[in-house]
Amino acid sequence: MIGDFSAPRGLWFIVASYVVALVLTIWPLPQWAEVLRPVWVPLLTIYWCLWLPHRVGVITAFLAGLLVDALSGTLLGEHALALIVVAWATLWLHLQVRVFPWWQQCVVVLGLLCLNAFVMFWVDGMLGYTLSPSLRWMPPLVSALLWPWIMQVMSRLQQRYHVG
Amino acid sequence: MAVFRRQRSPQLFSSRPAGALRTLLFICLSIVMMVYDHQTGRLRQIHAALATLVYPVQLVVDAPHALFIWAGDKLATHSALMTENAQLKSQLLQANVNLQTLASLEQENQRLRNLMQATAQMGGRISVAVILSADLDPFRHLIVIDKGTHDGVYEGQTVLDAYGIVGQVTRADPLASEVTLVSDPGQAIQVEVNRTGLRTLATGTADLIQLSLPYVTNNADIKQGDLLVSSGLGGHYPQGYPVGVITQFDRDPAEPFAHVSARTAADLNHGHEVLLYWPAQAPPATELPPKPAPVVKPKPGKKK
Repeated sequence: MIGDFSAPRGLWFIVASYVVALVLTIWPLPQWAEVLRPVWVPLLTIYWCLWLPHRVGVITAFLAGLLVDALSGTLLGEHALALIVVAWATLWLHLQVRVFPWWQQCVVVLGLLCLNAFVMFWVDGMLGYTLSPSLRWMPPLVSALLWPWIMQVMSRLQQRYHVG
Repeated sequence: MAVFRRQRSPQLFSSRPAGALRTLLFICLSIVMMVYDHQTGRLRQIHAALATLVYPVQLVVDAPHALFIWAGDKLATHSALMTENAQLKSQLLQANVNLQTLASLEQENQRLRNLMQATAQMGGRISVAVILSADLDPFRHLIVIDKGTHDGVYEGQTVLDAYGIVGQVTRADPLASEVTLVSDPGQAIQVEVNRTGLRTLATGTADLIQLSLPYVTNNADIKQGDLLVSSGLGGHYPQGYPVGVITQFDRDPAEPFAHVSARTAADLNHGHEVLLYWPAQAPPATELPPKPAPVVKPKPGKKK
């Protein structure tokens, strides 16, 4: 499944997947559903760090984070910092998590996304955005529940387009 | 590379996870960027460049909505258009009638202000901007509009709609700008109660259409339905535009201040267009960080 022994292929697919994730990140939703929106970019970063750790890592996370910052009006570096931490933790755990059954993967993903949410909450807290802290944990929860489907779809696509 | 990978794979925990030094370096870099962005706002060029890079994403997200509206315009039937036309005509007539008295009132106000030797801040220029339908951070109330520094938008500029103050421009990029709504939890606006002239602050809440007035004393003369208008103190917002309507006023003798909340006057939930406001006088220099001259003094010829 992992094309470790061939030249890197399918850069376009990785870039395209991030573009789609950015689009989904700001896709308009009704107000009640906004807090349920999965955090697409961290999810995608976790996926790529798990399966292509030699190509997607801290630098990709940093660049993707800066784009999310520019897109969502947060401080330049806020999402980037959170994504770097997530990418680093994922790279550290990737060999174990790969062989986990799906529900254990979900738990790990939940933990990683909570880390992401915590960093964001911490920075926001320093800026004075401390309202609705209980809702902060909804996006990681929703995203972690989506993980098995994202895994399935992404690995199918990855195989189909020979991204390695 | 291949040899390296094969050697590494048997280990369960890689000994050098992703280059700890590199990770640390990027963590420091993002913290420095955040501090720099927050304290000085000097990363404007980088922000503008990144925003221009992701502008197509915003356009893609807005496309279905724009298409829907365009299709609605194209497919509107003749009779529907006629009805709407008639409606608008009668609205315009009504508005014009109201304006007739307004002119004389404005004159009178100007005379009285001259007598009191108070400077009046009336007038100003207005231009329409379209809201790009995009959801930003769910924990803040931000919108993106399709006008940027290219059209003379500047940071701190007031944004209105037909019913009242929407918010202010918090970031002006070349092609688009980001507007923070008055209901954003981090925003506060100087208001006065139109009926009594009582001045206070209104701050945003987690709710999109709700404001909170945290510094109203228990014995204040406020009641439900009172109109809040901007007082113009602080210099950010123009004076006299509607901000909200009091919806709730609870006195609590145990606390120093009463619980007061208001509904925003502007239609923050449904609008598709907003109005950018340029004051008649140049905005006070102290309010704005230094920026190139054309941004502060937009050329009137370039606007619609």
